Amino acid sequence: MQLDQLPLNKVARISRVDWAQLGETEAHRLRCLGFDPGVEVEPLHRGWLFFRDPLAVRVGRMTVAIRAAHAAAVKVEPA
Amino acid sequence: MTSIPLVALVGNPNAGKSALFNALTGARQKTGNYPGVTVERHSGRFALDDGRPVELVDLPGTYSLHPTSPDEAVTRDVVLGRQAGERRPDALVIVVDAANLDNHLRFAIELIALGLPCLVALNMVDLAERDGLTLDAGKLSAALGVPVVETVAVRRRGLDELRALVSEAIQTAPTPAGSVPEMDPAALRSRARAAAREAVVAERTVRKTTRMIDSVVLHPVIGPIILFATLFVMFQLVYSAAEGPVDLIEGWIGMLTDWVRTVMPDSLLRSALIDGVIAGVGAVVVFLPQILVLFAFILFLEMSGYMVRAAFIMDRLMASVGLSGRAFIPLLSSFACAVPGIMATRTIEDPRDRLTTILIAPLMTCSARLPVYAVIIGAFIPETKVGPGLGLQGLVLFGLYMAGIVGAMLAAFVLRKTVVKGEGLGFMMELPKYQMPNLKDIALGLWQRATAFLRRAGTIIAATTVILWALLSFPQVPHGSPHSQIDYSIAGRIAGGLEVVVKPIGFNRDMALALIPAMAAREVAVSALATTYAISARDEAATEQGLRERLRAGWTIPMALAFLAWFVFAPQCISTIAVVRRETNGWKWPAIMVGYLFALAYVAAGATYWLSTFLGL
Repeated sequence: MQLDQLPLNKVARISRVDWAQLGETEAHRLRCLGFDPGVEVEPLHRGWLFFRDPLAVRVGRMTVAIRAAHAAAVKVEPA
Repeated sequence: MTSIPLVALVGNPNAGKSALFNALTGARQKTGNYPGVTVERHSGRFALDDGRPVELVDLPGTYSLHPTSPDEAVTRDVVLGRQAGERRPDALVIVVDAANLDNHLRFAIELIALGLPCLVALNMVDLAERDGLTLDAGKLSAALGVPVVETVAVRRRGLDELRALVSEAIQTAPTPAGSVPEMDPAALRSRARAAAREAVVAERTVRKTTRMIDSVVLHPVIGPIILFATLFVMFQLVYSAAEGPVDLIEGWIGMLTDWVRTVMPDSLLRSALIDGVIAGVGAVVVFLPQILVLFAFILFLEMSGYMVRAAFIMDRLMASVGLSGRAFIPLLSSFACAVPGIMATRTIEDPRDRLTTILIAPLMTCSARLPVYAVIIGAFIPETKVGPGLGLQGLVLFGLYMAGIVGAMLAAFVLRKTVVKGEGLGFMMELPKYQMPNLKDIALGLWQRATAFLRRAGTIIAATTVILWALLSFPQVPHGSPHSQIDYSIAGRIAGGLEVVVKPIGFNRDMALALIPAMAAREVAVSALATTYAISARDEAATEQGLRERLRAGWTIPMALAFLAWFVFAPQCISTIAVVRRETNGWKWPAIMVGYLFALAYVAAGATYWLSTFLGL
């Protein structure tokens, strides 16, 4: 499953990140923010009523804001 | 020669570096620039327990030694000893967020590998405890091989221990310039995680305060309502809370004017002093309370962690005009002043996002426009109450701010379709934990801004008003001439020429006159009007009249509204144009910006004038 499809408050683990789906800077920033295989993630909030974008995701101990389009590159499996 | 030891603060963004910097140096801070790059250098001094001074430099927050922005490159170059204008630090204080060790220790391990004397400030331990984490600094120190000290910079905790460790660290012999250590990212990650596991002795599940607040503040419906309510209250308070102090300052200026009038004989010098310096500078200094209220709000929102949530809420809306939520913070700072706002765009990695944000930043209503708005609104908009705690004046002010925002959004949309085409990078940022800001930190920020504002009032504004006074007073009108002093003066003649251009949008000669010096700084428009009317009042024997009364006598409501509309859009500030040139490395973008903004201002002022005339206002 992709991170952007994971329901709110559902804990999962990152299985892999499809780096090819992202630009170089995006990939670098995503790594810096701790998106690595094995890390626990949990979508906490979504943006405006109709758009449901961006997402606030707990990554390990940190909360990160990310757009759904980028979250789609993060593949998750049940924790 | 023994120079003062240099210690650098390094760490990830949101590790609390700035708070630690404030805590250690207090008000003894200096802000400069690194040569050749547009990155600010913050430094300050503090004394060790034995009285030896230490210079502390606060390096830009970064995630690794592999930079993606100019700020991050400076941090890397300073710690490597390669940065021009900076010696290599004698020691590093690595600041990490205690609640986020997995992430922050990666950079810490990279930095330790450089071989400089290091110590780690395990910062914000109070927030980590609030999250149910119990940490052992000793174990972390053993895992990392460097001293670790627990701190809560915002509450000024752990500083004595930190100073003692700095004192030890700088006694170690200096190391030669190094290079970025080669480290496998995966290995680095697992080392960071292992060290973090060592440090965490216990972990309880607790009610997470930040999560609870976020469930309200980031709620898809309530969140935006809270954001707009916050901004609305902010702009109302700028008006109402500052009222008392403003009256007080006005009183002092009046007393000063009277005093000068009694001690000095009537002369050109007295006129220059009263009509030029005091009228001009006074008209601007009066707005200090309002500017401080605005800055206090912005600083509070920033330090509490709310500002990033605002960016989160705004991201989708910003995306629809081709920007990202990241642009929201520089744009909100531009409400204080476009210059720091434009400089804050350096945190936007995507060059097109950044350029668009720079080009629209001057549309955010900066504090320099506030004096202009305040005077015109005060003179022409009645003090009617339109609801409980809601005045018509505040409402008009809010409307002007909104006009700037809507204009900026439209401009961004058009710019992204035309001159700044291309895909953006998107929006990725950390949402830090909420914390109560330390009032001392806010006071320090306010102090720095107040002194900057007063320095500006004392230099640029004083100089322009004196020049304007001279242009208005010379040549002196001969006795028995049918012309007034203003018509006869150099400034009057220049404005007469300009009046032809601005007449179609409802401006009179005095307004045209105010526009010229307002290029130096917008608030000078108020000083210029004050000086102009002070000089023309000499012939009318109505010197005791306030500026408001004189404006009311000279302008109609459509004229006043058109003047306001002009100031919403016009690029009336040389420092902004200069900073855009510096940040975009050339004259092309400032030229585009000035061109489109003047066009917008002209059209908006004209439309306002003719529409309100048609409506019979």
